[in-house]
Amino acid sequence: MRDMYQDNTLRFDRELCTDCGMCVEVCPHEVFVQNHGEVRPANPSACMECGACRTNCAFGALTVESGVGCAAALIYQAVTKKKQPTCGC
Amino acid sequence: MNGTAGIKQATGHVSFRDRWINVAAHFGINRQKYIVDPGLYALGSPDQDSPVFVTANYSPSFRALRTALQGIDGYILVLDTKGINVWCAAGKGTFGTDELVLRIEQANLGEVVRHRRLILPQLGAPGVAAHEVEERTGFGVAYGPVRAADLRQYLATGKATAEMRRVEFPLKQRLKIVPAELINTVIFTIVLGLPLYFGGGLLAALAALAAVFAGNVLFPPLLPWLPTRNFSTKGFFLGSLIALPFVIMAGLGFHGEATWQRVGWALAYLLFMPPVTAFLSLNYTGGTTFTSWSGVKREIFAYVPVMAWMFAPGLLLMVALSVAHAVGA
Repeated sequence: MRDMYQDNTLRFDRELCTDCGMCVEVCPHEVFVQNHGEVRPANPSACMECGACRTNCAFGALTVESGVGCAAALIYQAVTKKKQPTCGC
Repeated sequence: MNGTAGIKQATGHVSFRDRWINVAAHFGINRQKYIVDPGLYALGSPDQDSPVFVTANYSPSFRALRTALQGIDGYILVLDTKGINVWCAAGKGTFGTDELVLRIEQANLGEVVRHRRLILPQLGAPGVAAHEVEERTGFGVAYGPVRAADLRQYLATGKATAEMRRVEFPLKQRLKIVPAELINTVIFTIVLGLPLYFGGGLLAALAALAAVFAGNVLFPPLLPWLPTRNFSTKGFFLGSLIALPFVIMAGLGFHGEATWQRVGWALAYLLFMPPVTAFLSLNYTGGTTFTSWSGVKREIFAYVPVMAWMFAPGLLLMVALSVAHAVGA
């Protein structure tokens, strides 16, 4: 039984990172750690793709596809062919 | 109290109506009423050096903030998130950079306070680019704790602990998402249960109720203990457990002593119940705090077809068995 949440779309570019630590601050699931000043995504499979890190990285070191993680919204979108997934929430 | 026109007064007091709103909001009753006017509010008697907090115009969000800050003099800047809570609104972009910049400008915040610091809830971060807000308004954004209740400690120590920044999903939180699905529970139960009652009697109707109940009510509290990480497979597991007593009852001859009736109904329950529970469980991905969009997509592609391929034959089998019984087979 494959764990569907093992992989995700979070990508970290070490070259662009300045170790400012914003991602560490805003991540709700402790994906990032800062050791001896250096930041890295130590726990990437915990990422829920909320986009907080990407939005707050001023240096473009993080990309992630943050969409609505709701099955009802995604199914509704597929069925009704709307542009954005929504469930009315 | 600041005499600047346009600043509304907030209070740390919680009225009975506030409590009712908090409860009703979780049931999804009349959600349009849980909107607070956006704009700048004064809490207590703030002055030019008082802190500025930011929140969404969803009543329970506003309430959580002002009660956590009771006794503190400060400002609360309420953004227009269309009555949606902070985290959802941040994901949608309504608790966002542009809206925050707009409200800062509209409130003339630079004239109201001397400092240039805003305290935002951490879960606003998906929608707010702190560096951009600072560039455009001169106000720096500090992300406070996830939970308003931790604000006092955050203000006292000047920083948030790792625990304050982590979103957990404890039992109390998991139980809170159950009422919102209640309307689905009722609809599904009636739509499935009624025909099944006429076709297969009380046991079949109860089976429908049990499968729906397992998916809508039992799944959230049991979530961490159900095996596998996918909601669909957790739901299949739970649904199979719930189906067992019905399978056994059918096997014991509840629907009839003939072999075709024992085997037929047992198989029908096994086919029809788990996918119902699994589908309702999968739907909880939108209400939990840790499922990713790409993971949910993979779940849908992998398991919704399985659900359909079990449910449809199961339902058809039940119809066939009911018809056969009705014509006196």
